[in-house]
Amino acid sequence: MDLLSCDCLSVREVNAALRSLPPGSTARVVQPRGRHNLAVGLADPVSVTIEGNAGYFIGGLCGTSGGEGPDIVVDGFVGWSVGENLMGGSVRVRGSASQSAGSSARGGTIAIEGDASLRAGISLKGGTVAIAGDAGAMTGFMAQAGTILIGGDAGHGLGDSLYEAVIYVGGSIASLGADAREEELTDDDVLAVKGLVARTGFDHIDPNRVRRVGSARGLYHFSTHNHGDY
Amino acid sequence: MTTIDRTVGPAVTSGTFPPDVIARIHQMADSGQYPIRGLGARRRLPTFDDLVFLTASASRYPLEGYRERCETRTVLGARHGAEPIELEIPITIAGMSFGALSASAKEALGRAATAVGTSTTTGDGGMTPEERAASEQLVYQVLPSRYGFDPADLRQADAVEIVIGQGAKPGGGGMLLGQKVNDRVAAMRTLPPGIDQRSASRHPDWVGPDDLRIKIEELREATEWKVPIYVKIGATRVDHDVKLAVAAGADVVVVDGMQGGTAATQDVFIEHAGIPTLPAVRLAAEALADIGMEREVQLVVSGGIRSGADVAKALALGADAVSIGVAALVALGCNRSHVKVGDSVLDVTEDYTTLHTRPGQCANCHTGRCPVGITTQDVDLERRLDADRGAEEVANYLRAITMELTALARACGKSDVHHLEPEDLAALTVEAAAMAKVPLAGTDWIPG
Repeated sequence: MDLLSCDCLSVREVNAALRSLPPGSTARVVQPRGRHNLAVGLADPVSVTIEGNAGYFIGGLCGTSGGEGPDIVVDGFVGWSVGENLMGGSVRVRGSASQSAGSSARGGTIAIEGDASLRAGISLKGGTVAIAGDAGAMTGFMAQAGTILIGGDAGHGLGDSLYEAVIYVGGSIASLGADAREEELTDDDVLAVKGLVARTGFDHIDPNRVRRVGSARGLYHFSTHNHGDY
Repeated sequence: MTTIDRTVGPAVTSGTFPPDVIARIHQMADSGQYPIRGLGARRRLPTFDDLVFLTASASRYPLEGYRERCETRTVLGARHGAEPIELEIPITIAGMSFGALSASAKEALGRAATAVGTSTTTGDGGMTPEERAASEQLVYQVLPSRYGFDPADLRQADAVEIVIGQGAKPGGGGMLLGQKVNDRVAAMRTLPPGIDQRSASRHPDWVGPDDLRIKIEELREATEWKVPIYVKIGATRVDHDVKLAVAAGADVVVVDGMQGGTAATQDVFIEHAGIPTLPAVRLAAEALADIGMEREVQLVVSGGIRSGADVAKALALGADAVSIGVAALVALGCNRSHVKVGDSVLDVTEDYTTLHTRPGQCANCHTGRCPVGITTQDVDLERRLDADRGAEEVANYLRAITMELTALARACGKSDVHHLEPEDLAALTVEAAAMAKVPLAGTDWIPG
């Protein structure tokens, strides 16, 4: 196992070391001290643990369109946009995440054991964002595909301007955003949530009791008659 | 016998409500819709046409046309030690999306750029394999929508351009109407086919200049610091925006004036947002000089560049290169009345008529019914564009305007087009003199 200390190495050196790992390798990044851009752009299936709090874009631009990618664990809190544009693999945050967690992710899983701030899953394009705790306002804004699972409560404007992504909420919903609607939970939904719970270990979530939010598809075509929703 | 009502005056065209304004109001009242269209600003604006060159005479001697060499080589993006973009000419092809443009059009632009030794740029919707294969130097855009954005494509780009804004619609985001969202476009953008697709106006993962610095570092990490990072802004608060982009770490700043084109946006944006390219280039050049970065950070200017004269004037005012979009499409055949399909020539005037327009006036890129097969995803229409012939015509055009550029530079006594300077120019109008900050012709007066 490689041990990479941010006290001794720059972010550039840490990432270069991580990129050079052969598939199947394991590495520990220690003393991250809130550094941004750690474990960015990794394509191969390696395991990386970041032992402490980290900054923006942790695990961003990782993985491949084939769904492969690194498995990254942050043993701490993270800043903005953890796992942004993730293509495959996973990013797990033991603490809470700041804004835009999993933004534009196209594959893979971003699992947050704490809470997530505003706009988690914004512009989501196929990945999974799972939040054990609460999610802030505008979660799932303009999410196009993929799944967002919220174990706790969801803030205002949930699912605003959703396309085809689906949101499951275990707790309360402060309000729905424009064109988002609560939909009937089907057997397929329960099965999907069971799978997510098994994958993330968020077993405080009861798959039979979550609420499903999807798009009403009323804003799919521009119309001046919808001006109140814009 | 008809009685004349003497209270009725002669027919007068109103300055406030001329016939076209009245027609527009009627159209909105009838349909409940506002105009959406393609291309750039159509109203009269201060332009490079309002400037002239003070070429050589007794006080300066010119270089020999068609004989003495005038350098056009242009290097972009070496600030942070990346492999720079090295161009044979200071004219690049601007970002235009697959989706807005047909795959054949993108391929033709890439081939033309390669033929003359310059770069082309992707656009909303990601990088197509055809485009990558055709383009020796390809700039990969990071747009707010992130449609089709793939780290693997990022790694095979020659430069990266973070798009904050676009001259045609700064602050406005983008749109691709449902008639152009066919199965391939929809799949690349992860959207249902046929919907009116919205491109976000701000990035999903960062906000503001401090975040931009971190975003640029992320992209450098993902590309192993090997490629230059451009930042593109729509020309509004140019001085501040250029300085902030440089402070955030941009290697190249791209400033797009309000004549810059689009494939679709609200007419109200095209005609009423942003400032013209003429003042934008001067403001941007001065912003770089203010912070002592005019040699380290390159300035690329776009928005309504049509000729070698425009290129020369932009360079004289401080640009290192220009970027063209609409002009490249026109060279490709946009607004032609006839298209060549195989060995035959097809008159497509009727198709313009169907779109309520005519050759030379069409800006209906948003409809997807492009009569010449450029801004369409319709298979039959796309066949009207021969990518081989299109590439040759765009390359011809690029060579011709490069010759115009060097003709003017030589006449100004310059052995390198980058030696053109504001002192080589005079303005024909008070407005142009104030915006370009060059003297009004015949005077030594620079207003402002």
